[in-house]
Amino acid sequence: MSDITADPRLVGARAAPRKRIRLSWSDPRFRAIVWQVAIIGIVVLIARYLIVNTNQNLSTRRIATGFGFLERVAGIPIGESLISYNPAEDTYGRALWIGVLNTLKVAGIGVVLATILGTLVGIGRLSSNWLLARLTAFYVEVIRDIPLLLQLLFWYTVLQGLPAPRQSWRIGDMAFLSNRGIKVPLMVWEPAHTWSLLAFLVGCVGTFLWNRHARSRQDATGVRPPVWPVALGLLLALPAVVWALFGAPHEVEMPVLRGFNFQGGGTVSPEYFALLLGLVLYTAGYIAEIVRSGIQAIAIGQWEAAGALGLRRGAILRHVVLPQALRVIIPPMTSQYLNLTKNSSLAVAIGYQDIVSIANTTLNQTGQAVEGIAVIMAVYLTISLSISLFMNWYNARIALVGR
Amino acid sequence: MSEATAGRLEPPRGLVGPTAWLRANLFNSWLSTAVTLALGYLILRAGIGLVEWAFVNAIWQVPYGPTGIADTAVCQHAKGTGACWAIIADKYRLILFGRFPYDAQWRPALVIVLFVALFVCSTIRAVWRRGLTSTAVQYVAAAGAALIVLDNLADLLATVAAVGFDLHLSAALAPLPAVLMTLNTIGKCALVAALLLLWPAIGVWIGTLAVIGMLMFGGVLGLSPVPVDYWGGLPITLILATFGLAFAFPLAILVALGRRSTQMPAVKTLCVVYVELIRGVPLISVLFMASVMFPLFMPPGINVDKLLRAQIAVILFAAAYLAEVVRGGLQALPAGQSEAADAMGLTYWQKTAFIILPQALRLVIPPLVNTFIGFFKDTSLVLIIGLFDLLTMGKVALSDPPWQSFSTEVYIALALVYIMFCYGMSRYSRGLERELNNARGR
Repeated sequence: MSDITADPRLVGARAAPRKRIRLSWSDPRFRAIVWQVAIIGIVVLIARYLIVNTNQNLSTRRIATGFGFLERVAGIPIGESLISYNPAEDTYGRALWIGVLNTLKVAGIGVVLATILGTLVGIGRLSSNWLLARLTAFYVEVIRDIPLLLQLLFWYTVLQGLPAPRQSWRIGDMAFLSNRGIKVPLMVWEPAHTWSLLAFLVGCVGTFLWNRHARSRQDATGVRPPVWPVALGLLLALPAVVWALFGAPHEVEMPVLRGFNFQGGGTVSPEYFALLLGLVLYTAGYIAEIVRSGIQAIAIGQWEAAGALGLRRGAILRHVVLPQALRVIIPPMTSQYLNLTKNSSLAVAIGYQDIVSIANTTLNQTGQAVEGIAVIMAVYLTISLSISLFMNWYNARIALVGR
Repeated sequence: MSEATAGRLEPPRGLVGPTAWLRANLFNSWLSTAVTLALGYLILRAGIGLVEWAFVNAIWQVPYGPTGIADTAVCQHAKGTGACWAIIADKYRLILFGRFPYDAQWRPALVIVLFVALFVCSTIRAVWRRGLTSTAVQYVAAAGAALIVLDNLADLLATVAAVGFDLHLSAALAPLPAVLMTLNTIGKCALVAALLLLWPAIGVWIGTLAVIGMLMFGGVLGLSPVPVDYWGGLPITLILATFGLAFAFPLAILVALGRRSTQMPAVKTLCVVYVELIRGVPLISVLFMASVMFPLFMPPGINVDKLLRAQIAVILFAAAYLAEVVRGGLQALPAGQSEAADAMGLTYWQKTAFIILPQALRLVIPPLVNTFIGFFKDTSLVLIIGLFDLLTMGKVALSDPPWQSFSTEVYIALALVYIMFCYGMSRYSRGLERELNNARGR
């Protein structure tokens, strides 16, 4: 009996006896409390001092605080927006919302393109071809040593130096590249296209489900049902069939030169194009290094061992190397995505109207400096936190699962 | 066959030599051959075009009209086929030194040289060793610091008296400021000399930065005073980057330590909020805050000039990023180091200063240098709030009517300056990384 109770492992861990805090400088807990009270006190005092000054300054300048200005008519001319906007009627709130959408437009597409280009360059640096490896290394080195703002200004002047619409460079009679941006033919949107898009989404879900089913079959029987023919049918054939059922409308609106500018068609403005180009080229330099280090982090023995098991090269890459490399790649990649998003704020220097640009105009017009900057910070914090959360979730999903 | 003959055998043909190298590295498969040919063609074409544009057809000088206005007709004519480097020849002093008085431009030039010398000096390992440990020298340093504080305190008291109580003491105490100024100067010299002996690196930094400040501000030793509004060009870029990092680094260490603190949850929360808030927003918004909101924060009547405001913004921004790098180093250190120091009975600050930080900072030198490079480039963002750094001066040079259409040349020249500094830093960082890896590999 006694030997059981004597076994210390069977006795629940007991907390150390709680000592009362002594009011003495030699008690670390007391010291910690004093230090914290002092530091927080100083911070609060500084904050209070700043707030009092700000209120005093605002009242002498007769600026009313608060977000009431969001309801007022903006009158800011906005060149490109994803939603309808009329400067004479719409409010500052709507103008700022357009800024947010413009930021998301450049950041979203930029992230995708930078990932593709960066991955290609990163793989190129590891190529056995000396010329390719050297060229990509040179690209990475140079692009990372020049400030992004300088690159953006450079691309913007290059695009502005393009010929005028009348002498524009053209591909056939469809796409035009001039100092007014890129003009491309635009499909006239019909209900058939909406249905076809819906069919594509259904196809995506179907492919995902079929893939899950195939995996469980493979786990159970060892035989993997074919996936790609099903995926092809669901992703391509299904939308095409739906489109054909609705009469296959294919009217296309062509850009036409009228007077000094183009009419019709879709436009990529020079500001947007310069910003996207600069951001993608710059961030790709960093992503390339991340991809390269991620691939190099995988020991060559992994390739050899998987090959010895009889896997094909594509299967090795997909099932053995990439899952391991992604673990190394994802965290730094996340911070590059965040950097790209934050760097898109440089748009203000070349006149693309993102959130910083519109908020800046707003605060210049209304004098609402505090609110304007609060809006900018809130927008970026929201975007940053969303990207972080998503990437952390993805990272946790692919993380090494311990025993 | 004996070993002697075996040793003399030629390696098989086709495995060594230039042909073999070409076959292995450029033509080892049909795909590789295709890539080599395509890239080779493109590089040749681009290279020839570039050489023709930048050198063969380039215009290096243009004639000047009777009124001193450049006649850029030659350049306009060559546009598209040849570079117009004449703009750099014409504007390089404006771009490098800004609107600093023309006759005194040797001062910013010397400042640039001093900065470069400071950076080069900092890469030498011997400089970072601890110098003397003499108590007498420590007292000299303390006395020097006290003299500086005394002068500043007197200044502060006089300001408070004048602003707060409407007392103008300057008439009554006229000789005193001069005496204090002299004491201040003596104190500064003593402090720098003592620091040079105690910690050569810190002494070199403080001394050089003081000389740089003297050269830029002027007003002493017969140098004509130059207001901050006239500063511009490369010195502004270097000042923003160097002072920014020099002040951000100690702050970053404190924030990183605070974030790792287990005993002070309130301080930890404060540090986390600060770091995440700053890292979540772009630098531009912080710079806007410095340029638009900072004047609102100050009591009426006090004006802080734009450069200082931008400098504070850069410091606060850089500190958050550096703090994360330092925290990485703190986390990488085994807990045993800290526990052993505790067991020795060291206080928190002794433990941190002598055991933890020297090891943790050493681990993170390469990422630190990368952060430095990033901030050196990011100082160009002050263009947006209208400060005259190197990039802004490039744009100012381009606003001159005869030269307006030669932006490519100016941007390339600016890019070369940035590349020179950044490439130098990244080479240094890579060398260190290799060295550290070697040391760890033993």
